[in-house]
Amino acid sequence: MSIIEPFRLLLFLVGIMAFVGLNAAYLVWVERKGAARFQRRPGPTEVGYGGLLQPIADGIKLLSKQLHVPPGADGVLFRAAPLLVMIPAMIGLAVVPFSESLVARDTNVGLLMIFAFGSINVMAIMLSGWSSRNKYAIISAARIVSQDVAYEIPMLLVVVTMLMATGTMNLNEIVQQQAGWFWRWNIFRLDVNPLMPLTFIIFFVCMLAETNRAPFDMAEAESELVAGAFTEYAGMGFGVFFIAEYANIILGCAFATILFLGGWQSPFGVWSGVFWFLLKMYVLVFTVIWVRWTFPRTQFYNLLNLSWKLLIPISLSTLILTAVVMKVLK
Amino acid sequence: MKALLKEIGSGFHSLVTGMRITLGQFFKPQVTVHYPHETLKMPVRFRGHIELVRDPQTGKAICFACKACEKACPSDCIIVEGVKREGERRKSVTEFKLDFTKCSLCGSCVEACKSEAIRFSKDYNLASVSKEEFIMDLFKRLESEQPKPPQAQPEQSKEAA
Amino acid sequence: MSALSALSSGETKGETFVINVGPQHPATHGVLRLKMTMDGEYITRAEPVCGYIHRMHEKMGENRTWAQFLPNTGRIDYLAAMAYSHAYVGAVERAAGIAAPPRAEYIRVITSELNRISSHLVWFGAFLLDLGGFTPLLYAFDDREKILDILEALTGSRLTYSYYRFGGVCNDVDDDFIRGTREFVAFMRPRMKMYHSLVTDNIILRKRLIGIGVISAEMCRQYGATGPVIRGSGVGYDVRKSEPYSVYRDLDFDVPVYPEGDCMARYLVRMEEMVQSLRIIEQALDKLPAGPVMASGVPRTLKPPAGDCCFAVEAARGRLLVRIVSDNKEMPYRVRLRTPSFCNLSLYEEASQGMMLPDALALLGSLDLVIPDIDR
Repeated sequence: MSIIEPFRLLLFLVGIMAFVGLNAAYLVWVERKGAARFQRRPGPTEVGYGGLLQPIADGIKLLSKQLHVPPGADGVLFRAAPLLVMIPAMIGLAVVPFSESLVARDTNVGLLMIFAFGSINVMAIMLSGWSSRNKYAIISAARIVSQDVAYEIPMLLVVVTMLMATGTMNLNEIVQQQAGWFWRWNIFRLDVNPLMPLTFIIFFVCMLAETNRAPFDMAEAESELVAGAFTEYAGMGFGVFFIAEYANIILGCAFATILFLGGWQSPFGVWSGVFWFLLKMYVLVFTVIWVRWTFPRTQFYNLLNLSWKLLIPISLSTLILTAVVMKVLK
Repeated sequence: MKALLKEIGSGFHSLVTGMRITLGQFFKPQVTVHYPHETLKMPVRFRGHIELVRDPQTGKAICFACKACEKACPSDCIIVEGVKREGERRKSVTEFKLDFTKCSLCGSCVEACKSEAIRFSKDYNLASVSKEEFIMDLFKRLESEQPKPPQAQPEQSKEAA
Repeated sequence: MSALSALSSGETKGETFVINVGPQHPATHGVLRLKMTMDGEYITRAEPVCGYIHRMHEKMGENRTWAQFLPNTGRIDYLAAMAYSHAYVGAVERAAGIAAPPRAEYIRVITSELNRISSHLVWFGAFLLDLGGFTPLLYAFDDREKILDILEALTGSRLTYSYYRFGGVCNDVDDDFIRGTREFVAFMRPRMKMYHSLVTDNIILRKRLIGIGVISAEMCRQYGATGPVIRGSGVGYDVRKSEPYSVYRDLDFDVPVYPEGDCMARYLVRMEEMVQSLRIIEQALDKLPAGPVMASGVPRTLKPPAGDCCFAVEAARGRLLVRIVSDNKEMPYRVRLRTPSFCNLSLYEEASQGMMLPDALALLGSLDLVIPDIDR
């Protein structure tokens, strides 16, 4: 490791923070505008052109509010939870290759790292629910644990399938394997696993559930639990959870792009670059928003049924199928 | 097993259909009116708060304080006072107090008025920080306005009756 | 008893906690409060606490003249104000022996049915909001806006119409109204198809509604539940058919009945009712006779002869009955309102027992409660 490496890493981490912050702020705007378009209304328009300054105004509002710890709450955990919730997205993005060279840490355990730190997310939300001493928040914390545990399994099974297909945990290498025309992308690699598109859908569903997005937003479920685990948070405490939600969506969509959609590879085999990565990622982000504004929320036992009775058996069978296909073809 | 597969298939199809519909709406023009930049035209029969009607000939209020509206009002929010002046056939109104905080905009007063002396205003921007502003004297309001030329009599009073 | 032994013995007494859903809560549309005793996510007892918006409408009726109570009728159930005016006007007309002219009766039916559709559209949107789907609410409100525009042009108000009078209606309909209503009927039919493919067929929604919150016909009878609630439990009780009032006898429409008694059945009943209302409106517009809209010879100060009189209508939420007692004075002796939401709410405690919280809220939404209608 050269002397420049720590500085480079630091620079990239700052860059990632800025990327996450900016994205979170403007994804809120995109979400509000998108929701408005789906519902045939204008959305925010007053602050700046087309409401473009709305996220900044909201941020200032949140920053200027008091950080109130409710009486009887566990103050340390209550304050620690918003800090903890940002960690997985930040660290996850550190190993994501935005382009061939634009990656903070090109490590050969990238895949593992995202999952290792991804689990912290659950803990952070559970802590926030547990520590705020609110009945809605407790219910929400209990829900989020069982939900995320249930969806971690099919997601990991899918990732193991991909691991078998690619043979590496280095994300940059996974992308490089998908070079060429778009049928070289993993989602279309029917020769490795005939169920590959289905695998992608399972991954996408699990990602929605892991990031607590609608229709799996059981933890927030505003018509049942007010705001769930975040009920007692005010000001920037709430704001950080909000940013983390979008940061996790970004991470999830980036991850799906790398694993299935060829990362920064162009669909025509030429002019690859960061542009393609961002385009694919934002298309997925838009789909996440689109799904949210289309479907009602699932009921809790349906959510678990879907995972345990449907997604896990299917992802397990794709795993076995891939293993068999690869063994036979070899 | 077959039923399960069928359910998965139809369920997935329903989700895709739903998403197709919302995407279709995404590209349609918006339906909202962007108040306050755009406003709607109030319909002819719109029931706003009431106002006195000016007699186009004399330029004075038509109202002669018969108190039919006062009696008809279910919320007791109208107080009318009038005096009989020398040489005039009818009484003339001196005070027409509307307590808009109590008014339920039911329109009973306009219906009760046989001489079409009150009508609904089209004013819907009614907001104030003080309660007193809603206790309005419609007679003073009419007096303070410049008398309009005779042809400016709108057709609303006829519609409302 | 330790927690472990409590678990193993299956006994959870003392492990319950109470949460308040309402009076300020996103799931209760209005100021209803549900005191829920929970065992984890399961409800052991859900006790509705009402009275937060009690305004004494019945008592108010006793200290104002017969006509002065008319504006009140629009404020009991603010979503279906026409039916409430209809019931009160009908009761007074019956007591005073006034017959409204046929044109007025047809106009009443058209406006009541338009109002029923607008009320069901609000329910549809709010119910989906309870279930976490936001977008259908906006679509429903867009459609409802069209109805409100039509009714505003006719009556001058968007919600609290006070449009009916003893002996008729206060304004005649014009060509704009008839054309607008026909356009709306033509517009609404494909919209209903869109709602079915966007919402009804949705697998997530079906999983949430089918088999959830089953109310038996017997329970409906015991609590006096009416309207879409009892029709969703397999009893075809509709005041428009069982005791036809106004001109419903001359109109051809079906009463949708679903025997399952679950949330989906109540949902489908209301969706189907909107289609039936469109049918009624179309027929009534075709049959709309010419003539006056007010009966002649209605005295300015009404004094119905002493006696006791009832009139029931099918409001959007069920059977609404107005009973008036007159002692031949210019004010009623007693005005009694039998409102459907109150009875529909009263079965909630029994029906919600042992349900999970989200299911219980789906059940609450499927009852279509309007809180001022409960508290009056």
